[in-house]
Amino acid sequence: MTVSACLTTSSRLLHRLLWEARAAHVVWRRELLHSVRNPARLLIALAQPVVYLLVLGTGFAAMLPIHGGYLTYLFPGVLMMAVQTPAIAIGASIAVDREAGFLRETLVAPVHRVSLLAGRCAGGSTVATFQGVLVLGLAGPAHIPYAPKLMIELVAEMALLAFAMTAFVTLLAVVIAPAPTFHAILGFTLTPMTFLSGALFPMGGLPGWLTALMVANPLTYVVDLLRRTIAPYLVPQEPTAGHSPILMELTVTAAVGLLSLLLAALRLARPR
Amino acid sequence: MRPGTIHTRSLRKSYQGMRAVCGISLNVEAGEMFGFLGPNGAGKSTTISMLCTLLRPSGGRALVAGIDVRDDPKEVRRRIGLVFQEPTVDTDLTVREYLAFHATLYGLGKHDARRRVAEAADLVGLTGLGDSLVRTLSDSMRRLLEIARGLLHEPGVLFLDEPTVGLNPQARAEIWEHLRELRHRRAITVFLTTHYLEEAEYCDHIAMVDRGRVVADDSPAALKRLIGTDRIHLRTGDDQAAAATLSDYLGLASAWGPDGLYVQVTDAATAIPWVCTVLRVPVHSIEVRRPSLDEVFLRYTGRTLDGAARSGVSP
Repeated sequence: MTVSACLTTSSRLLHRLLWEARAAHVVWRRELLHSVRNPARLLIALAQPVVYLLVLGTGFAAMLPIHGGYLTYLFPGVLMMAVQTPAIAIGASIAVDREAGFLRETLVAPVHRVSLLAGRCAGGSTVATFQGVLVLGLAGPAHIPYAPKLMIELVAEMALLAFAMTAFVTLLAVVIAPAPTFHAILGFTLTPMTFLSGALFPMGGLPGWLTALMVANPLTYVVDLLRRTIAPYLVPQEPTAGHSPILMELTVTAAVGLLSLLLAALRLARPR
Repeated sequence: MRPGTIHTRSLRKSYQGMRAVCGISLNVEAGEMFGFLGPNGAGKSTTISMLCTLLRPSGGRALVAGIDVRDDPKEVRRRIGLVFQEPTVDTDLTVREYLAFHATLYGLGKHDARRRVAEAADLVGLTGLGDSLVRTLSDSMRRLLEIARGLLHEPGVLFLDEPTVGLNPQARAEIWEHLRELRHRRAITVFLTTHYLEEAEYCDHIAMVDRGRVVADDSPAALKRLIGTDRIHLRTGDDQAAAATLSDYLGLASAWGPDGLYVQVTDAATAIPWVCTVLRVPVHSIEVRRPSLDEVFLRYTGRTLDGAARSGVSP
């Protein structure tokens, strides 16, 4: 009796989990279909990192005498931007969708918000990682070897970063209610954050308050993580600045992503 | 278990001290086409949002399909379909992808989903358009697609918030044709809000709502019977004198506003010759109004429905 009751409970739970997983899967698939059907959006998102690499790369190379060449220095930052643009776009679209779109209709469906958001973040990360991979193709011109192990490591890291960024932006979009306010804040903070991440120039010798901003900037760690993954493969070995270990940075990134996802789902589940 | 009923008692909602819905009590029976009628800002959308568990009521109770919306919102959601006032369709997907997406969210397996998607598309006349991108559909087809989405999980109640708002008359007629067809083929309760009177005429049961309160609640025929009589709208050279004459000679009570005199009579056709005979002031125009839902609304709120903004009728 109790055994069979236990079995039905667990089979019901399994059924429920399958349902939620399938829901997350279709949301993911929808996100990919959207990207495939809007190739222009993909190209625009791709243009930014490429322009940075070509224009800044050649322009600053002469001005900033950096050990190992400026293009090589710039590359991790360009990878970050390649992932960041689509991750932010998809995370941010939740602000609009929530008021007038797909999210409103899915909110009445009997599925958990976590599944919906997880599917969405997975979709955002897939698209973002794909863009990162395309930009990764430019490693050669930046004098970075196409070592298979390095490529795999970088793709895996980009996927994790894409997930964390999508989830974090989603959380911000859900908490900062009116969509225009959110977009204004995003536009205002994004550029300084990119500049203060060490993506474009080394951050040594800055005044104290700027260093403080840099330390508080999550993008600093993203760029640092990518840079230190690449460093061992460079021909003149770059001296790696010894702060937090790679494993810890990866763990923190994953934790930020998961926590953002859960908080965003909780916030969405609360009826107004 | 009564799958298609909606009962509310003193349902209320306030936003930061502003009362949007102030005590609405409704009884909608299973299988009814129920029209929730009122001007913009009357509290229709707020009420529908509470019934669909998207907003938490500030007070009162609401049972949808026999389930309290506050106790078990998930179970309520499983039993209702909802189409929003603002279009929400995904324009980058095909019709079939869009419907299959929602079928999965409602927990339908692949096989069931395929069957229900075909059925729902057929119910609203979108068969054969499965592979079309949603962005290529006309406005009315998109609306019908949303209605199909609301039907996928075979709910007992379908909520439609202003299903025809912003559509041209032809598209509106098309939507209604399919709604009537739907009622023919499925035992389903349809709860819709509208501010179009002619649409309310198609309903079995309507409730008129104004400023967060229900002002009238019955079948359209019964509500019109309440008004009962024809109304003559007169424009004269001197309304006050005309009103006095009508009351002295014919015993007719009249009301006057800035746009003329209104007189209630049982039969306008026989009354008009008498009215013209007795009046000694110039008559500019005579217009007959038969009992209509607009008259009902006017009677209860002192305003007409389509011109709710044009209020302050009585001097």
